[in-house]
Amino acid sequence: MPTLTRKEVEEIALLARLHLESEEVEAMQGELGAILEHFSGIASVDTTDVVPMTHAVPMDLPLRNDVVLPSLPTDEALRGTPKRDGDLIVVPAILPGGPE
Amino acid sequence: MTELAQLLEDYEPVIGLEVHVQLATRSKIFSSSATAFGAPPNSLTDPVVMGMPGALPVFNRTVLEHALKLGVATSSQIRAKSRFARKHYFYPDLPKGYQISQFDEPLCENGHLDLILNGAVKRVKLQRIHLEEDAGKNTHVGAVSHVDLNRAGIPLVEVVTAPEITSSEEAAEFMRSLHRLVRWLEISEADMEKGQLRCDANVSVRLRGEDRLGTRTELKNINSFKFVQNAIDHEIARQLRLIDSGGRVERETRLWDAVAGQSASMRSKEEVNDYRYFPDPDLPPLVVDGATMATVLRTLPELPVPRFERYQKLLGVSADDARTLVGDRALADYFDAAVKAHPGEGGRTIANWMLTELLGALNAANQDISQSAMPPERLAALVVLVETGVISGKIGKEIFEESYRTGEEPAAIVERRGVQQISDEAMLWSIVDRIVGANPRQAQEFQSGKDGLFGFFVGQVMKETQGRANPVITTDLLHKRLGR
Amino acid sequence: MSTSPEFWTVADTAKRVAAGEIGAVRLVDTMLSRITNVDRELGAFLATDGEGARRDAAEIDRKRTAGQFAGPLAGVTIALKDNLVTKGVATTAGSKILQGWIPPYDATVVEKLRSAGALIVGKTNLDEFGMGSSTERSAYKKTRNPWDTSRVPGGSSGGSAAAVAAGLAAGSLGTDTGGSIRQPAAFCGVVGIKPTYGRVSRYGVIAFASSLDQVGPIARTVQDAAILLQVISGHDPRDSTSLDLPIPAFAEAATGDVKGMKIGLPKEYFQPGSGSLDSEVRTALERTIKALHDKGATTVEVSLPHTSLALPAYYIVAPAEASSNLSRYDGIRYGKRAEASDLLDLYCKSRGAGFGPEVKRRIMLGTYALRSGYYDAYYKKAQQIRTLIKNDFDEAFTKVDVLLTPTTPTSAFRFNARATPLDMYLGDIFTLACNLAGLPGMSVPVGLTADGLPIGAQLIGKALDEVTMIRAGSAIEALGGLGDKRPSGIGGI
Ligand SMILES: [Mg+2]
Ligand SMILES: [Zn+2]
Repeated sequence: MPTLTRKEVEEIALLARLHLESEEVEAMQGELGAILEHFSGIASVDTTDVVPMTHAVPMDLPLRNDVVLPSLPTDEALRGTPKRDGDLIVVPAILPGGPE
Repeated sequence: MTELAQLLEDYEPVIGLEVHVQLATRSKIFSSSATAFGAPPNSLTDPVVMGMPGALPVFNRTVLEHALKLGVATSSQIRAKSRFARKHYFYPDLPKGYQISQFDEPLCENGHLDLILNGAVKRVKLQRIHLEEDAGKNTHVGAVSHVDLNRAGIPLVEVVTAPEITSSEEAAEFMRSLHRLVRWLEISEADMEKGQLRCDANVSVRLRGEDRLGTRTELKNINSFKFVQNAIDHEIARQLRLIDSGGRVERETRLWDAVAGQSASMRSKEEVNDYRYFPDPDLPPLVVDGATMATVLRTLPELPVPRFERYQKLLGVSADDARTLVGDRALADYFDAAVKAHPGEGGRTIANWMLTELLGALNAANQDISQSAMPPERLAALVVLVETGVISGKIGKEIFEESYRTGEEPAAIVERRGVQQISDEAMLWSIVDRIVGANPRQAQEFQSGKDGLFGFFVGQVMKETQGRANPVITTDLLHKRLGR
Repeated sequence: MSTSPEFWTVADTAKRVAAGEIGAVRLVDTMLSRITNVDRELGAFLATDGEGARRDAAEIDRKRTAGQFAGPLAGVTIALKDNLVTKGVATTAGSKILQGWIPPYDATVVEKLRSAGALIVGKTNLDEFGMGSSTERSAYKKTRNPWDTSRVPGGSSGGSAAAVAAGLAAGSLGTDTGGSIRQPAAFCGVVGIKPTYGRVSRYGVIAFASSLDQVGPIARTVQDAAILLQVISGHDPRDSTSLDLPIPAFAEAATGDVKGMKIGLPKEYFQPGSGSLDSEVRTALERTIKALHDKGATTVEVSLPHTSLALPAYYIVAPAEASSNLSRYDGIRYGKRAEASDLLDLYCKSRGAGFGPEVKRRIMLGTYALRSGYYDAYYKKAQQIRTLIKNDFDEAFTKVDVLLTPTTPTSAFRFNARATPLDMYLGDIFTLACNLAGLPGMSVPVGLTADGLPIGAQLIGKALDEVTMIRAGSAIEALGGLGDKRPSGIGGI
């Protein structure tokens, strides 16, 4: 298994939207590296034709009837919202169109 | 610089569409809050929609039924067991930081949508149709953006075509056909202005004869049928000019600006996206059971393109009329009901009457077919009166108008007004004979070659009979009486 | 039986309140004042809800006076791990990022407890988002082990276990993703049950790893734990992974009868070197096995060959799901937002400042494992290993009714004793497999070390067969492992 580079740590942190201080990046590199190293044994486990266990208990998706229940009152929904303009949530400007 | 038309001789555009359709349900895909359009901001939420800690998704049965209708209507393979996956990205309109979607095990695969293009049927392959939740809505106001989560959690199907659409016209027609189909199936309002039908296009060009696809760009925000065509045309031209001037197309996302009539790159500076898909542990596999499938099959209406073909082949309707009739399910259903009520093979005639008289009346009143004051059975009865010669076509139009306005049966109006066509030769002969006798000067002038006067005699007969004289017989008798 | 209610059992409390022997208000006042006295040093609670508890207690007293039934848990004080959402009462999951968040709804388990008449006295400390095994990873405070205040109570449900051990509540709820109920129960000398996955609703449970998380009870007796499990179990249409099955009579299962029961001893859990199993723990387990044998149970050695893979599989699956579940904490709709000039900054800073180091580590690990190109080698591989582990259990359960293992390799450790994250993870080796396989598990005290620290035995049942597990647990309890000892480290009891 590849060891973890500093650049990789920074890429993952960006993907996860986690600001890490320089020393945190360093610590992370060492700790995650050690953990991944410890786990490297799983690569050699033969899992050919083994079905991944996605759910702890096998079951089918329950289906809900298309029934409307009362919504949260807007003030309740936005009670903890750090920044509001009336009933809208405010964030710093973003590019229109959004991600892919 | 090479002309665009010439470049298009050498290069072929390749277009793939990803279309999002909001499904018409009362509640959201994974929770019970309402789906209404135009409600005050953030008034249609609950802990699930807000992505609150501890909230869990529960799937809406109607979403499955709607999606299955579309799957069957596009001859897709339906997965007996499909799966929801989480698609991760950070965006303010995405409350959980992931969208619940489907990834490698979508509900529908390998279907097709048939378009009516230039009077013929053209088949576009669909790679997949999958289920997902809509995001909220961001509005950009100067230095900040506003987030409204009412739309978050509205059910969507994403329809993904194979990259084999070859023109902007075809792309636009695909959108129209999909729009018609989802409305036909009554699974979506598909109002593009309300964002209920949204299209992204992947566009590339390649040298004709080349197998490999060129580098594609993704066009977003093309939210009207017209823009689909304009945006794609614009992008094809942009790519061709770029290549012609020695440049290379770059893989990027471009945003269509309908006002400016051009697109702009919106490549994000930070990073490449990695959605980190994995099966959603909160949602066990979606299993389509036999009973659900049977209900869907039982309630599936006959589809537009098969009807388009049937109307032409079995009912003798022209391609143009058939295309108009299947433009809207209510129109086609009306037509079928009228044909059914007609004792003979009145398809072609009924189509004429529907598309001229009935649509004319509806348009004048700014109504649609569902508001028609004339039921299909009554239109069929009127057509029968004309076809069997009880009334003339001209009188028929008057009867239509009156019947449409008053709701009275055509036969009753004909009876009351006494406007049955006169086809009795003896009766018509006596009228013709009298009129010719009473106008010797005109008769003489006609006989000496003044052809235009024939119309004068027809007019006199029609005036005498209040337009009821059978025109064919009248013409025949006039010729006999006048001797030429 | 004591006339002071601090250490009354759930069953006894309910009986006495129903009989009018003690008013619910008086009872709850006694408990609240004990919390005030003891918890300053113990640190089990993040918040108490005296007002709510007294209001509900008054209602119980009113009903009783009016001759109405006030519920099977009427007057029973309960502490809730602070990752269980409580309407109108701040819920933090032990994280700064949720500081100040007031939920607009109750978790299903909370609803069930309330309608059974339970009095919720407060919210207990935990490792941030349940990520830890010592409660040292709470963003708020240190919780001490009531048996020895220089030691951790275990985790992540450390506050819930410590509160019950110290007599601050008759029972509590915890959550268990990889041992977070059983391990602190073992460290604090109390009983903890992790039910079969799907038995108890996760609605309103702040998710750590969705395919592993389960809520369960912590109590001072097996029967008490069974009574609480009875109340919180059952189908919930708001949780799509909730099982729609009848609830067995858990509360009646604590009979102590193991005659004819086949108890499996997975050899991998007793091998020398397996997680450096402490000799005192081993001895306590061996004594227990012998005593069960004497009570008429058969003990059989079984093998769970993929045991050593449970740790890596768990520490891939759990962080992967956690990295996804914790994406919602972004400071936009609720919780703490950092000052930021642009959106990217807003995300990175809010999350960077809001999450503690262990949570960040797990988000990083999980994000790493889910990246495209790495998914097959990590997440998918780990889920396949889960299947192998589940198959091991299925195979073992063709031969035995229940499995018996140590809950932890050692007794409670001292603060800061587990220096590296990996050291901490290795302490979980006996409890993880149960979550990976979705099976019920419980920890029951079996004795004290020479230093007076509790030792726990773990029972693992067949899926949905909590009843057999509880029966075995009550037999172990009847062996009287703790004698009449109570925590002596705190509260001057
Ligand atoms: Mg897409
Ligand atoms: Zn989509």
